[in-house]
Amino acid sequence: MHIKHLSGAIVLAASIVTPVFAADPPKATLSGKDIAFQLPKGNCLACHSIAGGEQPGTLGPELKDMKARFPDKKELAAHIADQTAFNPYTAMPPFLKHGALTQEELDKVVDFIHGL
Amino acid sequence: MNKIAQTLAILCGLLVVTSPALAGPEEDRQAMIKHFKDSYPKMDQATFIHGALAFNQDALNQYKSIMEFPPYGEDMDKAEKLWNTPMKSGKTYADCLPNGGKMIAGDYPLFDNAKGKVVTLEMAVNDCRTANGEAAWVYGDPKTMGLLTAHLRTLSDGMKVNIKVEGPAALKAYEDGKKTWYARKGQLNFSCASCHVYGAGDKVRSEILSPVIGQTTHWPVFRGGTNLVTLQTRYKGCNASVRHVGQDPGHEAWNNLEYYHSFMSNGLPMQASIFRK
Repeated sequence: MHIKHLSGAIVLAASIVTPVFAADPPKATLSGKDIAFQLPKGNCLACHSIAGGEQPGTLGPELKDMKARFPDKKELAAHIADQTAFNPYTAMPPFLKHGALTQEELDKVVDFIHGL
Repeated sequence: MNKIAQTLAILCGLLVVTSPALAGPEEDRQAMIKHFKDSYPKMDQATFIHGALAFNQDALNQYKSIMEFPPYGEDMDKAEKLWNTPMKSGKTYADCLPNGGKMIAGDYPLFDNAKGKVVTLEMAVNDCRTANGEAAWVYGDPKTMGLLTAHLRTLSDGMKVNIKVEGPAALKAYEDGKKTWYARKGQLNFSCASCHVYGAGDKVRSEILSPVIGQTTHWPVFRGGTNLVTLQTRYKGCNASVRHVGQDPGHEAWNNLEYYHSFMSNGLPMQASIFRK
């Protein structure tokens, strides 16, 4: 039941002292990578290692070989939209269900993550 | 028919009375110890009093070095002065608190059966104030309550956390605190346990998550050197991090949470006040 076993993206948790970009309002033109790397949107990097990202967290697994893990992109989207539907013990926020990401933002971040 | 009803009522009553013995606070604490033993078999859980620093020897060494000459020395001088300033009645806090305020912090929060609720050390301070002609302080205020407890809690350095949950009313408060600990909150849907039980020792960005065991032993902390933060202010901060608007310090839900939370540190030595980055 340890969180290390779970897949998906997670946002920040309690102990972040200096949230990077916390003061910046979200831009309308954020790319999928922006969303994955930055607060206050996806911030997947808070918990997952991602190629090209600095100071990744370790709460979730590294995001790589995603096409092999999720041949169907829709399945990956479903995990990011609401990981609690797959694992009730997950720490991963239900991004779409709780409105942390819009459908458009989710689509962008899924495209980016699926390409890793 | 009445007899059947009576028998059922008695049986139900017995179930209510006996079930806590099956999974009571001490069983919860032992399960927590086991969880961390399973997750980190090589770690000495006594080091958990250092929180996340227990997982990073370099950071722990830096902390120890900072603690030799802490940057909040002036604040501690003010705290001691505040502690020694008599209240309107002429009495001091040492006159009012049990044992002159020495070696008592480990007993708090305690369940006061007469009041029917959890009493934190901060509430005991406010009780002193109102009994001695002063207005109660706002809980979590760093300049008053926070500062006073920064000194008061140092008088219990080395005392072991000794929280007792005795009787059904105390158990109810403990269970309420436990429920809060495990309840998911906010847009990000985290519970306290998400990070500080299941995720403890892992990193969120570059920050290591501290384990629940040991967390209540060292408050208040001076974050970044001089920013005084009380335990319940930290609760509210944690809530904000998961995008939830939490209660203000002093709320009964926080008091019950602190009761449960402190019980998980039973037996560990206390040390106030300390540096955190």
